[in-house]
Amino acid sequence: MTNWFKREKENIKTLTDQKRETPDGLWTKCPSCKKSLHIRQLQDNSYVCPFCDYHHNIGSEEYFQLLLDNNEFTEIAADLTAVDILKFVDTKPYSERITATQKKTNLKDAIRVASGRMNGLEIVIACMDFDFIGGSMGSVVGEKIARAVDYAIENYLALIIISKSGGARMMESAMSLMQMAKTSAKLAILAQHKLPYISLCTNPTTGGVTASFAMLGDINLAEPKALIGFAGPRVIEQTIGKPLPEGFQTAEFLLEHGFLDAIVHRKELKETLTKITRHLLPE
Amino acid sequence: MASVILDFEKPIIELEEKLTLMKKMAEESKLDISGPIKELEAKILQLKKNTYQNLTRWQRVQLSRHPDRPYTLDYVYGLCTDFVELHGDRHIKDDKAIIGGFGTFEGQTVMFIGHQKGRDIKQRQYRNFGMPNPEGYRKALRLMKLAEKFNKPVVTFIDTPGAYPGIEAEERGQGEAIARNLFEMSTLRVPIICIVIGEGASGGALGIGVGDRVLMLENTWYSVISPESCSSILWRSWDYKEQAAEALRLTAKDMLELKLIDGIIKEPLGGAHQDPQGMLKNLRKVLKHQLAELKEIDTDTLVQQRIQKFTSMGVFATE
Repeated sequence: MTNWFKREKENIKTLTDQKRETPDGLWTKCPSCKKSLHIRQLQDNSYVCPFCDYHHNIGSEEYFQLLLDNNEFTEIAADLTAVDILKFVDTKPYSERITATQKKTNLKDAIRVASGRMNGLEIVIACMDFDFIGGSMGSVVGEKIARAVDYAIENYLALIIISKSGGARMMESAMSLMQMAKTSAKLAILAQHKLPYISLCTNPTTGGVTASFAMLGDINLAEPKALIGFAGPRVIEQTIGKPLPEGFQTAEFLLEHGFLDAIVHRKELKETLTKITRHLLPE
Repeated sequence: MASVILDFEKPIIELEEKLTLMKKMAEESKLDISGPIKELEAKILQLKKNTYQNLTRWQRVQLSRHPDRPYTLDYVYGLCTDFVELHGDRHIKDDKAIIGGFGTFEGQTVMFIGHQKGRDIKQRQYRNFGMPNPEGYRKALRLMKLAEKFNKPVVTFIDTPGAYPGIEAEERGQGEAIARNLFEMSTLRVPIICIVIGEGASGGALGIGVGDRVLMLENTWYSVISPESCSSILWRSWDYKEQAAEALRLTAKDMLELKLIDGIIKEPLGGAHQDPQGMLKNLRKVLKHQLAELKEIDTDTLVQQRIQKFTSMGVFATE
């Protein structure tokens, strides 16, 4: 009798990387309103859900396509890759993690830098990719931002950085931590040249990225409902031992508390960025 | 004797107790056992040297948190006789987890700023366990700007388990406050010396840590995250803190090898708390030397070298 309750089959044994994705994503589900969406429908709507206005998480490829005229751009420092200088091993070696992530995402690291035109205006733009180890900042992210600043100074251009990151990359320990100082020092030099820096915080922007370049824009912008903060919500909840208020650490919360200049809908992003950049550049 | 004895210190304590007993016995019985006493003393010294020179990274973390270690104000009052503490960020309040003020050190006025921990339960709460809120970083920046205006060098003492993760801290922009300090410190037009005296946890430490010289006391740590939090995130359990400490390469020696700091200040045998006066002497000597060296550099070069140092940090490859 009791055998009825015994599980005879083993648990699901398919490893995550062996799982088959749905055939080349023609359909997707909005994580917010759970409605089914055709990929094309989403693309045509700037990756914003046409039903609930949820801003889907996208990467550098999509942002460059949304912001740069005819999706034409030159990538800067595209060949930089991470080095496992600490020989860091957690559940797997960092070096293996890098190679596996590069293969999976077709990205070199968690940020890409490009120069191109936005409504005819030449700009340099850096955009983080959350798919690459949580958009974490290690030496490569720091160096690419440094190169973006150099490029902006050499060519007298405005700089835009789109942040999307869990923070500094643990596998590079203090080396990652120092990227906060590095990027901030670079932005201080950009400021001395009186060139504009616009920061766009997207979902999520947390940790060492928030505590460095993401909050240092001449203009700080964010996408609607993006999670933005220094400490992660779970850590705060654990520390204070009570649930967090509704809407805590959202873009709207930061705007209300004075840390953002504006929240910009993704469909208006290109126009707004262009307007602001034109205001900031000398006549 | 220390109020807290760490596991690896127990064999030393046992021998020390034995020594006390032997000395007492010698006194009471008037027997001459000075030979064996000397032998034991030598044995203890040897054991101490062996123990403290071969600590694991996690053991150093434990030592850096020893409740008897000198804190910022102990060093400040030890280094100068006329320290004047200055309070407040001029916006919200006075953060007790960061202190600052002017004091005369070796004949010149210096702005001292540092994380402050408390010693008993009440003091610990008062100091919020050395975890600053945004106003702490903003107070620090106000004081640095004050030092810049009056052309006084800045010395910061780093000793924090991290910036405070709380609701108000986020409301008042913890991330922005730290970021602003990194930005402003990189171009501040007076010499800055930063010294890790205990825990150097992440952005909360770096928020007062951008300087011309960054030094660490021998038994301290500096990392992007504490070993405990690293363990909980990467191993999804609190039990891997020792492995995490090893992986993070967070000791003063590691940091110097990685060229992320400029030097190590030696601690007395067994740690700063075993001989605070000896520690102060070492610190005074290094600080005096470094301040004199930085004073010789003209301001433009100083700032340029500071920026150069931090912007060249990082290791990467080109494919």
